Amino acid sequence: MLNDLASAVIVIVAVLFVLLTTIAYLTYLERKILGFMQDRLGPMEVGPWGLLQPLADGIKLVSKEDIIPTEANVAIFKIAPIISLVPAIISFAVIPFGKDSFHFMGITTHPYITDINIGILYVLALSSIGAYGILLGGWASNNKYSLLGALRSAAQVISYELNAGMSVIGVLLLAGSLSLVRVEAAQSGGFWHWYIFPQIVAFVIYLISGIAETNRTPFDLPEAESELVAGFFTEYSGMRFSLYYLAEYGNMVMVSCIATILFLGGWNSPLPFLDFVPPFLWFMLKVYFFLFFFFWIRATLPRLRYDQLMRLGWKIMLPLSFANVIVTAIVVYMIRR
Amino acid sequence: MTMQMAMFGYFGAAIVISALFVVYFRNPIYSAMSLLTMFMHIAGLYVLLEAEFLAGVQLLVYAGAILVLYLFVVMLLNVQGRGRFLQKQTPAVFALGILAAIEVAALIFHTRFYPELPAIPHPGVPNLGNTETIGMVLYTQYLFPFEIASLVLLIALVGAIVLAKGKLKFR
Repeated sequence: MLNDLASAVIVIVAVLFVLLTTIAYLTYLERKILGFMQDRLGPMEVGPWGLLQPLADGIKLVSKEDIIPTEANVAIFKIAPIISLVPAIISFAVIPFGKDSFHFMGITTHPYITDINIGILYVLALSSIGAYGILLGGWASNNKYSLLGALRSAAQVISYELNAGMSVIGVLLLAGSLSLVRVEAAQSGGFWHWYIFPQIVAFVIYLISGIAETNRTPFDLPEAESELVAGFFTEYSGMRFSLYYLAEYGNMVMVSCIATILFLGGWNSPLPFLDFVPPFLWFMLKVYFFLFFFFWIRATLPRLRYDQLMRLGWKIMLPLSFANVIVTAIVVYMIRR
Repeated sequence: MTMQMAMFGYFGAAIVISALFVVYFRNPIYSAMSLLTMFMHIAGLYVLLEAEFLAGVQLLVYAGAILVLYLFVVMLLNVQGRGRFLQKQTPAVFALGILAAIEVAALIFHTRFYPELPAIPHPGVPNLGNTETIGMVLYTQYLFPFEIASLVLLIALVGAIVLAKGKLKFR
C-alpha cells in the first residue's frame, strides 16, 4: 500500500517535471526554429544561445501586474485560465512514456501514472473540457474581440474533436483495446507493425484535427492577431495569460503524444536491432518530431478563412474518417474470421 | 467499503447541490457552469460503479459537446432575466412539489442502499472490460432499441435542418 503510494507519487512528480520543463523549453524551441526558418537567430541574449530565455520569460510573466477589466465578470475571468490548464495537465495521467518498470530509491514503479481501460476516451473527454476555459475566458472579459475569438474557438473545437475521435477508432479496431498501454504493445516488433501504414488516412486526419484543436496556425482563427487583436485572451495579462499559454503548449504535447502512441508505435523502436536504445528515448524522439512538425507548419502555411476551416472539417475530413472506420471494420472482420 | 460510501456521499451531495444551483442562478452562464459540475460528478458516480466507459462518454458527450453548445447559444443570445415566472401557478407548483417530494422519499426508503456490486450483466461474456461488455450487450440483447434510438436521432437531425433551412430554395 505504502509502496504503491510512493511509486504513484514518484511517477506523478516525474511526469509533471518533465512536462512543465518541456512546455517551458517549447516556447524557446518554437522561437528558435521559427527564427532559423526565417533566416535569423531567434533569442540569443539570455544565457548561451538564449538558453535561459524561458526562465526570464517565466519571471517576467509572474512579476507582471494582474489586470482585470472593470466590466469583466471577475469570478469567471479568474477561474477560466485554470479550467483551461487543468484538463491539459491531468490528461497526461494515462500516457505511457516507456516500456519497463524502473527503480527509484528502492521503489519499483512503472512509466505511466495509471493504465485505465478507457485511456483514449479519457484523453478525448478531457480535451473537450478544455474548450470551456477558452469560451468562459472570452465571455468574461466583456470584450468583443474576446467573445468572437471564444465563439470561433468553441465551434472549431467541437467540429474537429469529432474528426479526431473518429480517426482514432480505426486504430482502436486494429488494437482491440482503448488502453494506450495495450495499443503501444500491439505495435511492437519493427516499424512495419506501426499503425501509420494501415491507418494512413486516419493519421493525416488526426494530425490536422490535432493542430486545429490546439488552435495552432493555420487554424488559429480564435486568436487571429490581424483581425481579433489576440482573440479570447486579449484582456489577459501576467500569470493568467501564461496559464493559457501553458494550456496551449500542454495540448500540443498531448496531441504529439497521442499521435506517437496511436500511429508511430509509442516507445517501440523502428528496427529490432535498435532495441538497445531505451524505449523512453524513442518515445521522446517521436514526440519531438511531431512538435517540430507543429512549428514547421506554423512557419509554412497561411491562416485559413473561417468558412474554409468549417468546410474542411465537416465536408471533407468527417466523411473521410467515417469511410476509414467502415473500411477498417470490414477488413478487421474479414481477417479475424 | 467505507471509502466507497464516503465517495458516494460526496458525489450525491455535489450532484444535488449543483443541480439546485442550475435552477437558482439568475445568470444563465452560472447555471451552465453548475450543470457542468453536475455532469462531472455524475461521471464520478459511474466510475464508482466501475462503469468507466459510461463515465468517459458522459464527459465527452454531455460536458464536451452538448453543454458547450448550450453555452454557445446563451452567449450569442445574451438572455435577459425577465423577473420571476412564478405568479398564479404558485399553489399548483407547491402541490406538485410536495407530491414529487413524497415520491422521492418513498423511493429512497424502499431502496436498499449499497447492495453488493451487481454481477456482470451478461453471463455469456465474463472477464471482459466494461467497454467490451457494453458493446456485446448493445449489439445482441439491445440491438433493436439501439437501432431505434439512432433512427430517432436521424429524424431529429433532418427535422432540425428542415426547420432551419426550410425556406431556402435548393438548387
